[in-house]
Amino acid sequence: MLKEEDLKKSSRLIRILSGLVILLLFFIPFHLMFPHFFELKSAPEVVLTALVKDKITEIEVDEDRIENGIHIKTGFVEGEGLMVVVNNCTSCHSSKIILQNRMNTDGWNATIKWMQETQNLWGLGVNQEIIVNYLVTNYPVKNKGRRENLSGIDWYEL
Amino acid sequence: MKRRDFVKKATLSSFATLIGAEIVFGSNLLENYVPLALDESDPFKMYNKHKDMVVLNDKPWNIEAKAHLLDSKVTPNSAMFVRNNGLVPNNIDVKKWTLTIDGESVVSKKTYTLTELKSKFKEYTYQLTLECGGNGRSEFSPPAKGNQWTVGAVHCASWTGIRLKDVLEDAGIKSDAVYIGFHAADSHLSGDPKKEPISRGCPMTKALQDETILAFKMNGEDIPLIHGYPLRLVAGGWPASVSGKWLNRISIRNKVHDGTKMTGTAYRVPNHPVAPGEKVKDEDMRIIESMPIKSLITYPKSGAMLKKGKLLSIRGHAWAGELEVVKMEYSIDFGATWIDCTVEKPVNRLAWQHFEAKISFPKKGYYEVWAKATDSEGVSQPMLVPGWNPKGYLNNACHRIAVKVN
Repeated sequence: MLKEEDLKKSSRLIRILSGLVILLLFFIPFHLMFPHFFELKSAPEVVLTALVKDKITEIEVDEDRIENGIHIKTGFVEGEGLMVVVNNCTSCHSSKIILQNRMNTDGWNATIKWMQETQNLWGLGVNQEIIVNYLVTNYPVKNKGRRENLSGIDWYEL
Repeated sequence: MKRRDFVKKATLSSFATLIGAEIVFGSNLLENYVPLALDESDPFKMYNKHKDMVVLNDKPWNIEAKAHLLDSKVTPNSAMFVRNNGLVPNNIDVKKWTLTIDGESVVSKKTYTLTELKSKFKEYTYQLTLECGGNGRSEFSPPAKGNQWTVGAVHCASWTGIRLKDVLEDAGIKSDAVYIGFHAADSHLSGDPKKEPISRGCPMTKALQDETILAFKMNGEDIPLIHGYPLRLVAGGWPASVSGKWLNRISIRNKVHDGTKMTGTAYRVPNHPVAPGEKVKDEDMRIIESMPIKSLITYPKSGAMLKKGKLLSIRGHAWAGELEVVKMEYSIDFGATWIDCTVEKPVNRLAWQHFEAKISFPKKGYYEVWAKATDSEGVSQPMLVPGWNPKGYLNNACHRIAVKVN
């Protein structure tokens, strides 16, 4: 009887063990394929929400953020009068047209007058001097002569 | 169009809401989400432009090619520069699109649907050179105001449409007609509906030329939206601003057209040579008509390095406004000596012409290959930037590329 019971016990043990082995054999490749399957499912969502919140704050608060001396939204360099320029000069047209141009005080004043006469630009009052000073200080005219050297050549083997 | 407006507004005020809405589907796309959404305003995708095109301005769109992108004999859309003065029209309904001919000098004001224009008048196809009056502006000193085009504001596509003269004659031209002026569906940057971003035109002599057409097609397909769909005036050899996009009205005028960008310094140059930076009186300015002789080396791209003893093949295009290019030369010694190269005849009047040459270099070193075209009246391109003018038009100085021989 004892022998029979022992046999039953050991055979049950073998069955359990082999069951475990089969489970393990199944689990190992499964784990390799889906390493995070058994982790708490809610965890990534928590992280995500935090990330979203970061992003939201960043976008809402820092529309006028400055990185490495550049106003990210417009590309203007940091300087006295920057925000006056941003607020008055980039609602109808792009900052790109300003950044392409180089003028002296007379040139910018004439351009502002032209925009007021023909393009519906509002009166700038005391801001006009601030704007023009910002532009001539940060984007001064450079003499290019009659023909410049070729620059920015991207050399390559033909 | 509507979708893009939505995204634009969203970026200004409530991008967060937009992200918030998307995040419900919880994915790792978050990092990529912002650029993905903004792709809606990516001009390269919206207008199928080559990735090497240069965006000079994004409101309004002004995009230029680089010389090597213009190598094809017929310019593909991907390499065609964009010069807009206002905002691209929204929600175009071709079924309702009409063209009206009016003005002081029209016999009877007439309105045509697109179908009527296409069925009533004979169709023609021409390859036509359109160059922005301000191409090359970036080289003027002191600098001239406006988009700082370098060399790429020129193209020569194939345009299909009907002759403007056939339509004008159908409506009737009075004997006192001197000019036509176009009106179009683009809108002013300020949002003011009473203002036109641009309304230019040309004298009757140009309007009545065989090659001045009202085009429906470009390179065999519907004109791309950014280039004037569904109807564009194409007047080859003149500043490209004469070739109005999104056309819905043409006025036959009994005086020089006085629309937006016809007066002041716009598309006008001094009628006598002036010193750089000089103030020029309004009455001393004249409207630009035919564009000057010019050429472009489109192969190889500037910056080629080659082994000593190897021949360098170059090629490119030359054009001469209303005239023809009769001579093409190149120099590898900064103009000390010039060597003739072959130049083909144009496929039709006002199309650019192709040149090519094989160059051998005497020794190793840094070279520049300069190209110089001469027109049928014996006028050549200058090596230096030509006469300064207040808005920096008509820079037809020789194009050059850098080459190193090792």
